[in-house]
Amino acid sequence: MTSTVPAVTAPVTAPPTALGTARTRVEGREKITGAARYTGDIPLTSLAHGSLVLSTIARGRIRAVDDAAVRAMPGVVAVLHHLNAPRVRGDYPSIMGMAPDPTVRAFQDDRVPHWGWPVALVVAETPEQARAGADALVVAYEAEPHDTDFSGERTDAFALDGVVPATLAKGDEEAELAASAVVVDASYTTPEEHHNPMEPHAATAYWQDGRLEVLDSNQGASWTAEDLAKAFELEPGTVRVRSEHVGGGFGSKSVRVHQIAAVMAATELQRPVRVAMTRRQMFSLAGYRSPTDQRVRLGADPDGRLRVLSHGSVSQTSSVYAFVEPAAAAGRVLYDAAAHRTSAQVVSLDVPTPTSMRAPGMAPGSFALESALDELAERCGLDPIELRLRNEPSAGPLSGLPFAGRNLRACFEEGARRFGWADRDPRPRVRRDGRWLLGTGTAAATFHAFAVPSTAAVTAWADGTFTVRIAAADIGTGARTALQIVAADALRVAPERVQVRIGDSEFGPAWLAGGSAGTSSWAWAITPAAGELRERLALGVDIPADGLTVRSDSTTALAGQEPAERHSYGAQFAEVAVDPGTGEVRVRRMLGMFAAGRIVNPLTARNQLVGGMVWGISMALHEEAVRDVRSGSLVGADLAGYHVASHADVAHIEADWVDDPMPGDPIGIKGVGEIGVVGAAAAIANAVRHATGVRHRRLPIRPDRVLCGESVDGGPAGESLERGLPGESPDA
Amino acid sequence: MITSDPTASQTAGAIILHVNGEKHALTVDHRTTLLDALRERLDLTGTKKGCDHGQCGACTLLVDGRRSLACLQLAVAAEGREITTIEGVGGSGAGQGAGPGSESGGQGELHPVQQAFLEFDGFQCGYCTPGQICSAIAMIEEHAAGWPSAVTDDVHPEAAPQPLTPEEIRERMSGNLCRCGAYMSIVQAVGYAAGARHTHSGPDEGSAA
Ligand code: FES
Ligand code: FES
Repeated sequence: MTSTVPAVTAPVTAPPTALGTARTRVEGREKITGAARYTGDIPLTSLAHGSLVLSTIARGRIRAVDDAAVRAMPGVVAVLHHLNAPRVRGDYPSIMGMAPDPTVRAFQDDRVPHWGWPVALVVAETPEQARAGADALVVAYEAEPHDTDFSGERTDAFALDGVVPATLAKGDEEAELAASAVVVDASYTTPEEHHNPMEPHAATAYWQDGRLEVLDSNQGASWTAEDLAKAFELEPGTVRVRSEHVGGGFGSKSVRVHQIAAVMAATELQRPVRVAMTRRQMFSLAGYRSPTDQRVRLGADPDGRLRVLSHGSVSQTSSVYAFVEPAAAAGRVLYDAAAHRTSAQVVSLDVPTPTSMRAPGMAPGSFALESALDELAERCGLDPIELRLRNEPSAGPLSGLPFAGRNLRACFEEGARRFGWADRDPRPRVRRDGRWLLGTGTAAATFHAFAVPSTAAVTAWADGTFTVRIAAADIGTGARTALQIVAADALRVAPERVQVRIGDSEFGPAWLAGGSAGTSSWAWAITPAAGELRERLALGVDIPADGLTVRSDSTTALAGQEPAERHSYGAQFAEVAVDPGTGEVRVRRMLGMFAAGRIVNPLTARNQLVGGMVWGISMALHEEAVRDVRSGSLVGADLAGYHVASHADVAHIEADWVDDPMPGDPIGIKGVGEIGVVGAAAAIANAVRHATGVRHRRLPIRPDRVLCGESVDGGPAGESLERGLPGESPDA
Repeated sequence: MITSDPTASQTAGAIILHVNGEKHALTVDHRTTLLDALRERLDLTGTKKGCDHGQCGACTLLVDGRRSLACLQLAVAAEGREITTIEGVGGSGAGQGAGPGSESGGQGELHPVQQAFLEFDGFQCGYCTPGQICSAIAMIEEHAAGWPSAVTDDVHPEAAPQPLTPEEIRERMSGNLCRCGAYMSIVQAVGYAAGARHTHSGPDEGSAA
């Protein structure tokens, strides 16, 4: 890092900007040829395989672990459980000060807090031997009565703050309701949903030269390394985590029992150990989205202007963790009302611990709120888009803060034009195509936009190329490619000259792939480093053999941001066809028009937005984990029993965006990871209502539920249907 | 990679697997699936494990030219079959050079379906991708051979070849889940690659109809 003679290949001419032009993925060729190595694909000499054993009871104590017979099985090298496993801490502050997932404290005591709790790890020479050992291990339990029966009616529900406050309220709800000409008061439920990234969670741990090396599949390498150091009480610099390719995460790929168990076994055996969850194990170990029971009360004047927005949500958590699904939060951004109340409560049950899943809070919350808005529009005789536009707030409904770019109106106007909304006959059950009833629906979407302090290093090499190092994660988002574009733009060179290295905790602290804040947070760090490097090179410095490196930390820059309401927005449109004879619902087409900041790479951003909308179809029609209250376990916990949208479920989805640069952001980024799923299920449910005349307030909209709606009085009968259907909860 | 000797057990057997044109002699535990044999023994990790239960399609590869799930068959039962994995679907070397340090993923020629996945961005995380590509390659052949699907309008044996519409592609590819939801671009990529195949093949080629 000296600066003596002019550089040989300093970049002086700026090529046209790559920002906003479609670019295929940097690692695309590796992924389509099978060369990309995910965690479980990386070979290691003398690797041992760990297989987890999970509890078969939902609450109680472990009486005995009969490990002698298993230890004698061929190839078995260790059996770890609460009587012999290394000690770990689980009481440290993890990301944003929250406690880590409780499965971090696996094998620490004899308590079983839920079905599928990890009770032992069998390590063997081969995967077959480990699995056979795990299958053969006899664990004796002392079962206690359990309670897994979730309901919004439970009297033991309690208010719980999460990353946002449990309750925010203003105005006199009862007085405003009394003054409202039109009132909607309805309950909505969403089921337990599971992330199910295609790549199951896996980690390989080994010790090398006094350092713990962990190959893992996670959403943030530095975060994982920090947590593992805290859990095992190791010096922070002695843990290195690498996570080069990640087969999806959606909120589930944090520090969980697989890394803990792998580290324990690698430490005991002093050889590399890989622990991978099976697909079935993921249903109790990888987190999930809590079921929700929500009540929405809207009161409005005859012209649709809201007097009351009251949205309460009840979700579940485990007996060993306080997690809240903040489903009522969408209303805090979308609409104002004289009386405004949003609240979140939880019920503590003997169930696995839920966690954030793609668009936490907003995905289930928008289903309830945006369905209720649709009901209100009908009662007011107003077009649902017009109703929303009449209720556009000029400042944060509760904060009073200005909006940093709010382009929801533009999304609706452009979306309506492209979708052909103006030709819509609002009457339900009037359009047919053969045996199919057709309907269209719409809904608004929002998701917060933010950036978190991160560090980055950008190095210039003598051959005119550059390397960016940042502990970012590409879980399928296209982050590697987006950051290459961001860096190239700041360096004013062609992207081909920039190599981006991510997924390594050695690169320093950085925000994770989550909260739709990955690209924005990482860009806040990369942009100034690259900019400074460009300026230094412009001065004509010599580039030494080990390169010229500029490091950055965005902490100070981000602290200087003015408070504002920062969010993405979207307008979702869906057209469905419903077969009244079979109850089948098909989504014929969807359009999502988004205001989601400046789009760095349209090719990958569109893919991600459409992917979110596919999640909306999946949530509206398919996904539902069913818990058997007698055993406390899930019924059919695998990809045959838990349906996610497949090829045949996705006919035509289009996602596009309006110009919406984020004020104050160096590049104008907001984030596109989550907004695509928000409002999508509501748009589909609203379309089903339009097609059939039946309002479905309970997800998923299964064929049997559609048929139930059809069977009342030999066909849908408007309001009479809404008082409750056979086999459904009173408010469903 | 395995320190204990599986041959010492009566539950292991010596087999020869034909993978991507090469013969591999190995001794496997009889419980070993073809998927695990490829991944853990032959270091062919392009074939992915998404469920191990035949429910997701991530492990799809070609056995004697037809798509097949590697997690649902035992390695010992795959002896003598011609196995093609994602590493072997392109021209020579496309999937070679694989390794943690390999940036390129090899420089060999890509299969047209692979090329289309790249250009249409037919993936996000990439984990379902080898299975989607292998499935698509075989599916295009199945369709060209006149095999009907659940959405084929005319299933008479004498019916003219039906076009490979997006609806047909979606129906035929539904055994391959993509949790990232890249279905739109996968179908575009497959449709494009199938169309290109049509243009390149002669009139009497590739169709059994
Ligand atoms: S891994 Fe074989 S079908 Fe899922
Ligand atoms: S690309 Fe991630 S599962 Fe298909």
